[in-house]
Amino acid sequence: MSENPFPLGKADLLQAYRTMRTIREFEERLHIDFAKGDIPGFVHLYAGEEACATGIMMHLNDNDRIASTHRGHGHCIAKGVDVHGMMAEIYGRATGSCRGKGGSMHIADLSKGMMGANGILGAGAPLVCGAALAAKVRGDGGVGITFVGDGASNQGTFLESMNLAAVWNLPVIFVVENNGYAESTAMEWAVACDSYIDRATGFGLPGVTVDGTDFFAVYEAAGEIIRRAREGGGPALLECNMVRFYGHFEGDAQTYRAKGEVEALRANRDCIKLLAQRLVEAGTVTPAELEAIDRAVLALIEDAVRCAKAAPLPAAADLLADVYVAY
Amino acid sequence: MTSLNERIKPIVMPKWGLSMSEGKVTGWLKQPGATVNLGDELLEVETDKITNVVEAGETGVLRRVLGEPGTIYPVKALIAVLAEPDVPDADIDAFVAGYAVPEADGGEDGAEAGPRYEFAETAAGTIRYARRGEGGPTVVLVHGFGGDLDNWLFTIDALAEGATVYALDLPGHGQSTKTPADPSLPGLSKAVLAFMDAVGVGAAHVVGHSMGGAVAMRTALDAPERVASLSLICSAGLGREINQGYIDGFINATARRDLKPVLETLFADAGLVSRQMIDDLLKYKRLDGVDGALRAIASSMFEGGAQTAILGGAVGAANVPTLVVWGEQDRVIPAAHATAPGSTARVEVIPNAGHMVQMEAAGRVNALLKDHIGRKG
Amino acid sequence: MSRKISMKTAINEALDLEMRRDPTVILMGEDIVGGTGAPGEDDAWGGVLGVTKGLYAKHGNRLMDTPLSESAYIGAAIGAATCGLRPVAELMFMDFMGVCFDQIFNQAAKFRYMFGGKAETPVVIRGMVGAGFRAAAQHSQMLTPLFTHIPGLKVVCPSNAYDAKGLLIQSIRDNDPVIFCEHKNLYGHETEVPAESYAIPFGEANVLRDGGDVTIVSYGLTVHRAMDAAEALAKEKVEAEVIDLRTLSPIDWDTIVDSVERTGRLVVVDEAHPRCNLATDISAFVAQNAFGALKAGVQMVTPPHTPVPFSPSLEDLYIPGADAIAAAARRTLAGAPRSTIAA
Repeated sequence: MSENPFPLGKADLLQAYRTMRTIREFEERLHIDFAKGDIPGFVHLYAGEEACATGIMMHLNDNDRIASTHRGHGHCIAKGVDVHGMMAEIYGRATGSCRGKGGSMHIADLSKGMMGANGILGAGAPLVCGAALAAKVRGDGGVGITFVGDGASNQGTFLESMNLAAVWNLPVIFVVENNGYAESTAMEWAVACDSYIDRATGFGLPGVTVDGTDFFAVYEAAGEIIRRAREGGGPALLECNMVRFYGHFEGDAQTYRAKGEVEALRANRDCIKLLAQRLVEAGTVTPAELEAIDRAVLALIEDAVRCAKAAPLPAAADLLADVYVAY
Repeated sequence: MTSLNERIKPIVMPKWGLSMSEGKVTGWLKQPGATVNLGDELLEVETDKITNVVEAGETGVLRRVLGEPGTIYPVKALIAVLAEPDVPDADIDAFVAGYAVPEADGGEDGAEAGPRYEFAETAAGTIRYARRGEGGPTVVLVHGFGGDLDNWLFTIDALAEGATVYALDLPGHGQSTKTPADPSLPGLSKAVLAFMDAVGVGAAHVVGHSMGGAVAMRTALDAPERVASLSLICSAGLGREINQGYIDGFINATARRDLKPVLETLFADAGLVSRQMIDDLLKYKRLDGVDGALRAIASSMFEGGAQTAILGGAVGAANVPTLVVWGEQDRVIPAAHATAPGSTARVEVIPNAGHMVQMEAAGRVNALLKDHIGRKG
Repeated sequence: MSRKISMKTAINEALDLEMRRDPTVILMGEDIVGGTGAPGEDDAWGGVLGVTKGLYAKHGNRLMDTPLSESAYIGAAIGAATCGLRPVAELMFMDFMGVCFDQIFNQAAKFRYMFGGKAETPVVIRGMVGAGFRAAAQHSQMLTPLFTHIPGLKVVCPSNAYDAKGLLIQSIRDNDPVIFCEHKNLYGHETEVPAESYAIPFGEANVLRDGGDVTIVSYGLTVHRAMDAAEALAKEKVEAEVIDLRTLSPIDWDTIVDSVERTGRLVVVDEAHPRCNLATDISAFVAQNAFGALKAGVQMVTPPHTPVPFSPSLEDLYIPGADAIAAAARRTLAGAPRSTIAA
């Protein structure tokens, strides 16, 4: 007899699990293939952070806009960007989401409201203020979500955007994904105030802090402030305290972390394991149902990699294409 | 002030059209000592709009040439002197020394009294026009496709010597409304009548160039009591043939280098196409609404490389006093169309001139127009 | 109907006409309305020099005053542009671009390319440029080269009211990011301007004066200095051809090269700092692509390699003037040394 004490129906719960698992397997596969030398450039992996992207994006539709960071794969997948397109883009293929012109750090899909991963930290915040402004001008109820890490939360663009959003009463949610590290620098050292809620208050907007490894905590807190923004209640800040399993970039030996830190996090604070445990313990889903999703996701990722490796590279003429709409 | 000596005749920098304030002497076609008769070509002058020849309005011997080639002079400046051979040099020197550019009636830089252009609110929208002269017969000048009232810059003042002359910008053209309510030939004709209503002209001698000739004919047929006579210059509406490439080229050109060869088609002497002419046309074509208006008018007037309205026979049958003037080298509408109205019309085909014959042979065309209007006015 | 108005009024008209025509056009900037939140009049300023005065009364809250946060609101304009609006954001002085340059050169300029052609960023960033106002070093620069350098941006700098109106209308209708530079010393300059809307295409230089002896190329304020120089040269029987670039990116190479092929002599006048400016760009292009036509080395007339000084006597020395331009033209005629590399 299954019960559902959760704020979501079973189908949505399974979808949440599927999204998080897709992100995890996507990133784990990249970790392996990057180490083999298959992937050009830089990648920054979201493994360990899945609950944050998923819990927030489940409240959004294609009309809502998000701007991501350099660590953007999780946000892309949670927002509905095509996995095959993403993998091909990371491999620099002509079939990629951006036709091979952007790579991992610039994956975007405006048709899904994904305004791009961004190589410039904090740059997304003003852009999302613009998206929220457009939604407000059109009166279509759309919201904008801008993600920054604990490091970029110090960027002038982020701080100015909080003030602008408050002054103009824009439907923007500022999400600080606090995984404790800005590249190799600890958050405790780089951020002078004790809490992001203090920062939010200081800039004239409400702030909420949640455990970013707890899917439901993220889902409920995000739901509340997104609804408020949609109804014209203005911007808010959401701090998600979370963990990243991998380094700042692939190739980062992470010597700035304590010995055993990552292993302990994987054992005790893996947001997907925690979600699965809760769902199974409540009797809402069975392990078999989750394993079926696991297999399907692995197959999806495997196929995405196979297709990416087989896809053509961009043609020489593509070098010159799409600088302008018309010149 | 020197005493008026009727035997000494000043040749001055002419004023062509409404906006000319100065011109450059580019070359003399007669030398000092030559005998000059009425209508002889004296010198070439270049303005920012066009280059043309100054014809002598007097007879005499060319006694002094003052205008230096390559030098710019204001309108009405003294550039030469004609006199009989027996007039003493000292008298001519005194005349030159005492010559002062006549004061303008009331405007700055030698403008005539009154505004250069005016605007009328008509049933066809806002129409820009110019009016020159007083009394005598009333003349209305109608320009062609893509043109404006400045196409008459060599005509308007000459005709105004003995008539009241109006030149208008058709809807979609010049500075008139850019959204013609009815871009068809009857619609343009109605616009001309609406203009005449607005400025209180009952009947007029209508002079039409190119498409304006078709408009003039349509007006004469639809409202014969409003049209005293027709003068058709390189007119549309007299035959099927039309240089569709010119029309398409004019409409589609978006840059100077595309428009230049198109405009050269208009003249027997391609050198008359100046940079200023091209730039002025580009400025006009870039106004919002012009492209749409030109396309609408063209698709009504021309279909599949042929003209849609053939009115020569009807005009001939209607007994409207008609003058037809053509430039022999017209590459837009063939000069063979000139005989379409039939034997009751007077026909003149002028050699060494193209589609813009009223510019390239201005003196001759003006004389023909004056004569035709004078006989019928 | 055509009448004489100032460049400032022409810009105001362009904004008004486009806002009337297209509801997606919005304006934002510091004090473009003026008095926001303050107890006195609305529309108190209409821009620091009054360029946007009167627009608030016509278009209400489609004009938005901003806090002093260029990186936030220029970024917001850019973000809104990717979402289907056509924002015109004012950078009060183009010199302030430093605090928001990332949004311009790393974001707006690169979206279309990085996203594989799947983004459009129809934003206009308009701001004051140029010296002569005694506004000193941080409010007087001609930073056009920094923008021209960036693929993905378009850069416009009109020299007169007629061009300003038609080019700003074109900028707003254009689907790429445009940096629209308004020379503060030309705001009062008047020319004949039609009351109607019209759009001048980018990449078309204007030839202001025909001449067969030497080509003088410039943009913005120094176009007028070049015309003064041409008048002085005409008295010496030297006929200069004066070209006004109007847009720097795209730039009308054809008109420049056509002219040099006829005159064989080139003077480029640029108010931007001398290292890596438009003058160097054009000189190198011509040297590479029309070397055979050159009868003398190319001459560049620019300010010295200094910040813009404050004191009027110094600032007047700083800006390239008619005398310097005429002198440069004379140098090309006196056989300034040409490279010894054979054509």
